[in-house]
Parts: sequence; structure tokens; C-alpha cells
Amino acid sequence: MDFNDTPEQAAFRAEVRTWLAANAEAKTGSKRSLNRRIDSDRGLEMAKQWQQKKADAGYACMHFPKEYGGQGAPIIHTVIYEQEEAKYDVPTGFFSIGLGMCAPTMMAYASEEQKQRHVPPMVRGEEVWCQLFSEPGAGSDLAGLRTRAERDGDEWVVNGQKVWTSGAHYSDYGILVTRHDPTLPKHKGLTYFFLDMRSPGVEVRPIKQISGASDFNEVYFTNVRIPDSQRLGEVGAGWQVSLTTLMNERLAVGGAPPPDAADLLALARGVELEGRPALEDPATRARIAEWYVEAAGLTHIRSRSMTALARGETPGPESSIAKVVSAPKLQEVSSYGADLLDMAGILTDPQQTLSDALFQSGYLYAPGLRIAGGTDEILRNIIAERVLGLPGDIRVDRDKPFNEIPSGS
Amino acid sequence: MNFDFSDAQKALKKQTRDLLRQVCDLTVPRRVLEGEEPYADEVWKALVDMESPGIAIPEQYGGLGFGYLELCVVAEELGRSLAPTPFSSSVYLATEAILLAGTDEQKQQYLPKLAKGEIVGTFALSEGSGALSEEKLACAFADGALRGAKTPVPDGDVADFAVVVARDGDADGASLALVDLTADGVERTTVATLDPTRSHARVAFDGAAAQRLGAAGEGWKLKDRVFDRAAVLFAMEQLGGSDACLAMATDYAKGRYAFGRPIGSFQAIKHKLADMYIKNELARANDYYGAWALSTDADELALAAAAARVASTEAYHYAAKENIQTHGGIGFTWESDCHLFYRRSKLLSLNLGSARVWKDRLVTALEAQHAA
Repeated sequence: MDFNDTPEQAAFRAEVRTWLAANAEAKTGSKRSLNRRIDSDRGLEMAKQWQQKKADAGYACMHFPKEYGGQGAPIIHTVIYEQEEAKYDVPTGFFSIGLGMCAPTMMAYASEEQKQRHVPPMVRGEEVWCQLFSEPGAGSDLAGLRTRAERDGDEWVVNGQKVWTSGAHYSDYGILVTRHDPTLPKHKGLTYFFLDMRSPGVEVRPIKQISGASDFNEVYFTNVRIPDSQRLGEVGAGWQVSLTTLMNERLAVGGAPPPDAADLLALARGVELEGRPALEDPATRARIAEWYVEAAGLTHIRSRSMTALARGETPGPESSIAKVVSAPKLQEVSSYGADLLDMAGILTDPQQTLSDALFQSGYLYAPGLRIAGGTDEILRNIIAERVLGLPGDIRVDRDKPFNEIPSGS
Repeated sequence: MNFDFSDAQKALKKQTRDLLRQVCDLTVPRRVLEGEEPYADEVWKALVDMESPGIAIPEQYGGLGFGYLELCVVAEELGRSLAPTPFSSSVYLATEAILLAGTDEQKQQYLPKLAKGEIVGTFALSEGSGALSEEKLACAFADGALRGAKTPVPDGDVADFAVVVARDGDADGASLALVDLTADGVERTTVATLDPTRSHARVAFDGAAAQRLGAAGEGWKLKDRVFDRAAVLFAMEQLGGSDACLAMATDYAKGRYAFGRPIGSFQAIKHKLADMYIKNELARANDYYGAWALSTDADELALAAAAARVASTEAYHYAAKENIQTHGGIGFTWESDCHLFYRRSKLLSLNLGSARVWKDRLVTALEAQHAA
């Protein structure tokens, strides 16, 4: 047992460090990160430039095959690169859905020509992708989706609505799952496509979240025509293709943004409780310890996953707990941090409150994280059924024709 | 990065698990619970035959000279099987104290016998209700003799000697003292505890002959260092126990039918068991990191040990109580094995000081790491 790189990994890490030091600015504790300082339009422009720079230097998606814009490197190189990049203040987040979910689905199901056309521009940050899955009536029960695709010669005509689509407003392409036959049982009537987001009939409307920000959209489809050549998988195989995407989603969505236990410790040093630093308060200390243990556990689980990846093995099922631990933790740490600020805990202007309003922004962001990419409840079902092998819930809708399933509306 | 046990360590784990399955199924802790024996002698002998107590003791002192990763995998299996033996007192506490603070002569005197299981040691700190501080120590060491009482002392009624934390009459503060528990001036009374599968005693000293272990006045700090090391090993036992609870509850939820279906198909049960799994995996990750810190004597040991201890205490508490809850009424009967784990979980969580104390130690270590 050790936490050292192999000589080959160490050499690669040193090379990455040198390149990052020459090309990016290191994070400092005192300054708000780039992602929090700038708006999303400017962020996208900077992220595209950064992604291109990475691609030119051969550091973008290193584990992708060379013909699709990667380096054909072992995945551990991508992990090492990301560990090092995380120490730098660079724009992030705009490509994670495309590269983490859309690209793997395309590589698994698109034609050779389509893969060569679409994956390399994703890797270079030239084209941004989004994922059109959730609907107003299909969230946790994704297979209950209703967006219709009807065949018309060599094309499909799509009508319906998607929701919670991250980045749809700046995306060039999207992956889309639709219902082609509502008379079949729900999982069997689905068909999967990719499409140009500038196709006539696609309308993107931003959703205003409780934080006031708009990271997600509603996307409306009115007689949108998609060539049959852009179908991924067989007609009726949409559910299987979706599972490929979702498996990659669980790898892509894991951690949570700050604040965490260490931020709370720093805050507790700086505020008082009954005339003493809050860090001397036993109740506060106990809470910090509890959250630290969760954060440290997730860090060490990542080390175990990295060990497996370095050996060319699949990480164990323990890596599936990351989001269900980190999202509620973010909410509780944020809430407790605001409590420590006492009456001033309501202030959201970073200039007027300690810790850069980190706890207030975490408080407003956390509810979404507990829902996105699998709710706390769905993730527990998955652990219970896939990891512990408990029997599935009794389904009243599995074998019925979809159009006979009660919908409550 | 190689955050995993080696093949040899995994083989030792399997060997220990197989042995314990053979000699220590749950009828054994139940026999000790219901009978008069202080511990299961045949299980202790089987562990001694495997030379388990000497795993981490250097060869020059008669041990196997393996490392702490090896001892950790054994501890996990001991916890899983609820082995009713004085292993933790003798190996994690008494042996560690002597290795840490003993003179070469003391090491020569005790370690070979500890390694072979010829003697059993223990560690005596508590003097009654509440967490003790150095200033409040009543038990005193002066002129080579101990006076005062300790309770509860794990295995205090069966151990041959104890390492005692005592106020030092010749120094400013506490010292550790080695005392022969079979000698004159020692009175031992078995005490009733939440978990009778592990024996405890009140030990009173009335001028019992003792010798210092480690420097005079350094006893409290040494105790902390011994506890950091033991915390990782206790955490491994706790992890084994909470894993066993999860397996037991999962099996039961698959086989027990209510309302015409397995109860494990209800989300109320699924989410409970998923939470057990989540807590166990957070504990395992912290424990394995603690094992690494212990095996390398890393600077992070104090923080890693406290984190392992806090995570495992929480995981075992949750798994043991929700295992009973998953079983329903049958889980509350004497005949069910659920209470064996419920008892052990509380015992292990208090033997080395409560979670409250360890959370405080954790933040103290974290403060040092994030110096202002």
C-alpha cells in the first residue's frame, strides 16, 4: 500500500505540472475562482480557448482513441491530468456533459464517419453538446418520457418538450431520447438520436433556478426533422443506449463544489460564539469532524478507484456513493456555515460577509445537486438493487402498452 | 498509487476468516454470553496457533515481524466473527504500549510472551463515569507502587499484567506503569457490562508493585499515542462487525415476506440498507487510510486514526441498530443473533473513548494540519 506514482506516472505528472505552470494561473485561497468571478458567456469563450490549448498540447481527453482526438493513453493519465489541473484557476464545466456522456455514447453507437466528424471537435472544445433526456413528466422515471418521434421516409419528425437541459442555450449538438411507439411497453418504445441544436423547430428557454442563475433550459420541439442516419442504435433500442449514457453520467457526476469541512473550520476560526472562537465550541467541532470524515472517505474512495484504473480494472461499487454523500453534505455544511455567521448569515454580497458568501451560494445550489443526475432516493434504490442485490420494486407499468399507463393528468 | 492490500495480505485475511468461520461461528459468542467463561479459550488458542498476537511484533522480540497492514486485516475478521477473546486488550493496547515506550529490557521481558500468547496484557485508564482528564487522575504511582482503582478494565479479570495510567508522585503529571495483576495488592472484581462476551473488571491497587513504562510525567501523551494506534485497529474490528450486520440484514430482507413480497423490495428497507452500505464504505475508506498511516507511522496518523475511529463508530452503531429494526420483532429476541452485534458495537465504541472525544481529537489534528 502506498500513495506514490509509478516512475512512469511520476514522469507524466511532472510533465503536466510544468505545462500547467507555464500556461495557467494557480488557484489562491484568497481569490474567488474564475468560475465564480465571470459570467457564463465570457466563461464559455475562455473555456473554449483553454480546451483548444489543452488539445494542442495533447492533454484533452487523453484516454480517447487517437482517431477521435485523444491520445489513446491509459485512463490514469486523464485522472492525473485532472488532479493537477484542479490546482489551477481555469474555466471548467462547459464540456463535461459532452465529453463525459455524449462522446462515449457516440463512440459506442455512431457510424465511423459520424464519430470522426463529431468527436474530435468536441475534444477541441469547438462544438459543445448537451443531453436531452428529462421531461416535465419524466424525471426519476426517465422511461416515462413522451417526446414523440414519427417516421417520415428517411427522416423522423419530433414533437415534445425536454427540461433541465444543461447548456442547451450554447450547445451545437444534443443527444435525444424519444418515444417512437406509444403502443409498446414503456422501455420498448424508445428510440435515440443526435441532432443539430440549430435545426428548425428547436426552441430553447432558460429556467430560472432558486439561486437566480440559469444553468438549465427547457427545450421545445415543434416538427423538428432529424435524418434517420442520426439514429443511435436500433429503432426501439433507445433505453439500452440511454443506459450507456447514464452509466457514464454516474462516473462524470460525483463530487460537489465547496464549501466543505475545511472551509467550515476556517470560518469557525474567524467568528465568535459567546465571546470565544466558534472553533472552540464542542458542538461545532463535532459537526466539523462528522463532515470531515465523509469528505475524507470520498477522497480515499477516489484513491481506491484510481488504484483500480491504474491496473486496468473497473472501480468497485463503492465509487457509486460519491454524489449521494457529497450533495446532502454540501447542503448541511452550507446551512451550518450560515448559522455560524449568525444574523449576518443571510448576506449574499461577497464584499459584505466572511468566506466570500461561499456558504450562502452553496445553500442555494445544494438542492439542485441532490436531484440532478439521480436523486438521493434513486441513488439509494440503485445501491440497494445493483450492489446489495435486493429485489426490484413491484412495477405496475412495465408490461402495459405505454399509452394505457395512468399518468395522473 | 496503490491503495489496496497486497495479495499476501489478502491471503492472510482469507486464512483468518476461514479459521474463524471454523472455530468461531456465532454459537461461540453466544456460549460466552450465556455461560460463565470470561472468553472462548479455544478461539484464543487457535489465534495463538496462527501466531496472530505476534504479527506486528518484531522478530527480535519473538514476533512474526510483519507489519500493521497484516494486523489490520486480522482485526477486520475478528470484528466480523465477534471473536470473544482478549486479543484487542493484549495486542492493540498492552503490546503497543510496550513497543512504543518500553526499555529494551521491558520489551525482552514481555514481548516474546505476548507474541506467543503465553501472557495476556491490558490497558487501564477509566476510573468511572465521564471522560477522564490528566488533572483528575486519582490512581497514583509512587515509590514503585500503585494505589487507587480502575474500572472498567477490559479483560481486567483475566489479564496477567496491565499498563496503568496513573498520577506520578515523582513527576509533574501522569506516567504509565506496568503492574503484575496476579501479585499482592491487586484486587479484581468482574463487572457486568453491555456485552458479556467480552470480560471486564474493576481493578483496585493497594500498594501493588509496579514499574514505570516510558518517561516519568509523559504518561498522558503516551496514552494518546497508544490510543491513536489502537484506534485504527479497533476501527478495523468495528468495520468487520458492521459489514456482518449489513450482510445479515440484507439476507433477511431478501427472504422475509410481508404484504406478499420480500421486505427488501420496499424502499423504506432498501434505503435503510443503502445507508448502511454508504456508512460502511465511508468507514472502510477511512479505516484503510488509517491502516496505511499506522503501517508507515505517517505524520497524518493522529488525524487518520481519529477519522477511522469516528467513521467506524458511526457505521457500526447504525448497522447494528438498523439490523435489529430490519428484522422486526424477532430481532429483539434473545434467540436472535442481532443483539450480539448491537452489544459489541456499543462496547467497541466506548472501550477506547466515546465518539464525542474522538471527534474533538479529530478537529485538534485538523487544526494542526490547517495551521492558522
